[in-house]
Amino acid sequence: MHEMSIAMSIIDIALSEAEKAGAQTIDEIEVEVGQLAAVMLESLRFCLEAAAKGTLTETATFTLINIPGHGHCLACQRDVAITEFPAQCDVCQGFGVSITAGTELKIRSISINGDNNGREE
Amino acid sequence: MCDSCNCGGNTPPTVTIQKTGPHSNHSSSRKIVVEQDILCKNNSQGENNRKFFQQQQILTLNLVSSPGSGKTSILERTVRDLHQELAISVIEGDQQTARDAERIQATGAPAIQINTGTGCHLDAEMIRRALPQLNPPPHSLLFIENVGNLVCPALFDLGEAAKVAIISVTEGEDKPQKYPHMFRAASICLINKIDLLPYLDFDLALCKELALQVNPALQFFEVSAKSGEGLGAWYQWLRHEFSHCHHH
Repeated sequence: MHEMSIAMSIIDIALSEAEKAGAQTIDEIEVEVGQLAAVMLESLRFCLEAAAKGTLTETATFTLINIPGHGHCLACQRDVAITEFPAQCDVCQGFGVSITAGTELKIRSISINGDNNGREE
Repeated sequence: MCDSCNCGGNTPPTVTIQKTGPHSNHSSSRKIVVEQDILCKNNSQGENNRKFFQQQQILTLNLVSSPGSGKTSILERTVRDLHQELAISVIEGDQQTARDAERIQATGAPAIQINTGTGCHLDAEMIRRALPQLNPPPHSLLFIENVGNLVCPALFDLGEAAKVAIISVTEGEDKPQKYPHMFRAASICLINKIDLLPYLDFDLALCKELALQVNPALQFFEVSAKSGEGLGAWYQWLRHEFSHCHHH
């Protein structure tokens, strides 16, 4: 289950960013998960709860933002919504679709509390 | 289709885990834009591995499949057939046991076993740690046999030149559509155990068609590690890629 590796990476990145910013607490961690990123939100949520235990992220709210899948059909040159693989154009039914969105797997932001005396925002 | 909440809609859900506790007061918090790829640590180590392989002119292939498709048998046969002309070493990934590394060592090739414990995939850092111990020579071929799993290894770049997916004709033809991420990540697909085709209902053409829908650029080799049938084309491809990586 790769969701645990991903959850641990999220916690690591959030903790490192929080430390850089001098955070005392982390209120929220916003994570973008593309619809086509091969990550199950339910499973990731479960793993985040486990991985956050005993760290500054334990009391944070994890907001998992699902980014819809999109592609560009190479045959009919249209932008089409892609919800799963194989990526098929719903107009011409072709499979030659280049994915333009939905594979995101990134931390968008963290919201922190803490004194930031002399530190840049 | 959204499989998290069965909403079936075009607007995927935003899942929020709301915590209550002493720190749940958002009033004085400030937002820091991070915009960082979650897999960036593995990706950058993967890139470091790739640079090392390119400098050393080591052609590295990451072999991925479900358990039992014959990855190790294909490797044993490939090493036996090619080790006179190419220096070959192998990194074996399994949750437990050193059996696969022992099988490869018995063919005469250096092999090192990585046990992932409960982990379901190899990552770039594991490869970095294994390299000084295995010490693959310059101008050589390095096979990494990933943990038998068609899901997780798709996401983790090891620094390989290509992922080689292996399926066997004792599996379903629709496996590429059931595990599309792996077949999209792979550029080569070996279809193994073709010596068994006369005894099975496996539809080879259908399997390829379904795989090509997932990844139109996928290149196939139909092989039998047991009878040796079809391995010549696979070896030609290896020789070609090997000479190509020397020209970089």
